[in-house]
Amino acid sequence: MAYITCEHLMLRYESLIVQKDLSFTVEQGDYLCIVGENGSGKSTLMKCLLGLKAADGGTMQFGDGLKRNEIGYLPQQSMIQRSFPASVREVVLSGCLNGRAIHPFYTKEEKARAAEQMECLNITQLADRCYRELSGGQQQRVLLARALCATKKLLLLDEPLTGLDPLVATELYSILQHIHDSHGITVIMVTHDVECAVRHAKTILHIGKNESFFGSCAEYEKSAVGQRFLGDSIQPEECAGCAHTHTQSEDEEGRSDA
Amino acid sequence: MHDLSAILTPEYVSVILLPALIAGVAVSLCASLLGVSLVLKRCSMIGDGLSHVGYGTLCIAVALGWAPMKVTIPVVIAAAYILLRLSENSRLGGDTAIALFSTSALALGILASSKANLTTDVSHYMFGSILAMTRGDVIFSVILSICVILVYLLFYDKIFAVTFDENFAQATGLNVRFYNLLIAVLTAVTVVLGMMMMGALLISSLMIFPAVTAMRICKRFRGVVAAAVIISVSCFLFGLFLSLLLDTAVGASVIIMNLLVFAAASLCTALRRKPA
Repeated sequence: MAYITCEHLMLRYESLIVQKDLSFTVEQGDYLCIVGENGSGKSTLMKCLLGLKAADGGTMQFGDGLKRNEIGYLPQQSMIQRSFPASVREVVLSGCLNGRAIHPFYTKEEKARAAEQMECLNITQLADRCYRELSGGQQQRVLLARALCATKKLLLLDEPLTGLDPLVATELYSILQHIHDSHGITVIMVTHDVECAVRHAKTILHIGKNESFFGSCAEYEKSAVGQRFLGDSIQPEECAGCAHTHTQSEDEEGRSDA
Repeated sequence: MHDLSAILTPEYVSVILLPALIAGVAVSLCASLLGVSLVLKRCSMIGDGLSHVGYGTLCIAVALGWAPMKVTIPVVIAAAYILLRLSENSRLGGDTAIALFSTSALALGILASSKANLTTDVSHYMFGSILAMTRGDVIFSVILSICVILVYLLFYDKIFAVTFDENFAQATGLNVRFYNLLIAVLTAVTVVLGMMMMGALLISSLMIFPAVTAMRICKRFRGVVAAAVIISVSCFLFGLFLSLLLDTAVGASVIIMNLLVFAAASLCTALRRKPA
């Protein structure tokens, strides 16, 4: 059984139905990017996956030993209060709360886990700094460390690159790749950056107003919806740090754009 | 200015001043702790709304001859729950819903008290009467304040998580609704206790001022909480002392102290940002 199985999901945004019949699965070890135009229900789907909102129809099942509280989450930057007075350590530690039984304060193990994640993301030297005084990229690493404190299995990211400069975005992609490859963490990311999505993801879920696609990256690039979507916007240099070599079709698209 | 040695007879100190001092410190502590969460969650209005509801209920309780505090606390806790739900679900928007609800409750209370011709009695609670509290009131306030402080400390980490990022907390399995309710209930208790001492008009600023001042000085959540507590308690003590010295209203004097500290802190941060 897969980590997450969604069948015939219906999603509403306020009173508007944005998705009628959406089915997909997320396997253990997957790297899924959810793409689609604005207003197609990407964020609403994310809320459903996170349990912040119930689906308006269809079923969503968690399997393979994954529990609701074993999900790490990296929210959109704009969702966090930028003026909040908190140290990096306090923010990262707050990711440890989910595994907690009844005891009221952080245990040694939880503190060690937070320290380990800060080390992993190279922010140990920032531990006592104030979160609101960090740069966008540093803030994103702090939130990522917090998310990793909350999970060993599945990481959900909601538009993690919004507002970051290209260099920092590239760096974030390589951190994610590392987390995925060496920690064996399954990744689900909502993004509008399709080119980078196809370069890094294993699987693509495209949700559109009229047509949707679910399948591997290679299939997506060949599909009609994928070609249309990729064709509009491909700019290979934007993704200069990507480890993957560009595929034939992408290069062609890039040239025709130039 | 008063000659303090004339007022501060041993009897006055032990019967009136000391109990007021203890209860006031306890409530100031609660108010500052919760104030930090309320300000950061951007729902300072809930404190204000609850004090309106509290005052309204108090008027009704007095008009009907019931014990004011014991009736008001449960009603305000219920109101806190309703206000929270309203601000979550209302199509009007949280602020508007709170304003409508709380002013209606206030109006009902004033209606009841004017029918019963109790206006003089009730107006005590508009401005507070810390030096006129009974021994029973003081003991009750102190016990409840200690409960509020203990619960806050026990759930400190979770309150931080819920205040900092509600969505993340909920997504990772924390019962956010419960903790929001907890904050609202603690706020409700604090508002009622504070209303008896500082007055319905002033209690919400007693919650907000120390938090806002602390946020100007400190950069860590723990630091902000600690600073808010220190500011709140010392402003209360200075305010009380000042009110004895100048024969002014206690609640108002405490708020003015808070205002002065806030102004000083703002000035300091402004100067630090622009070194001459």
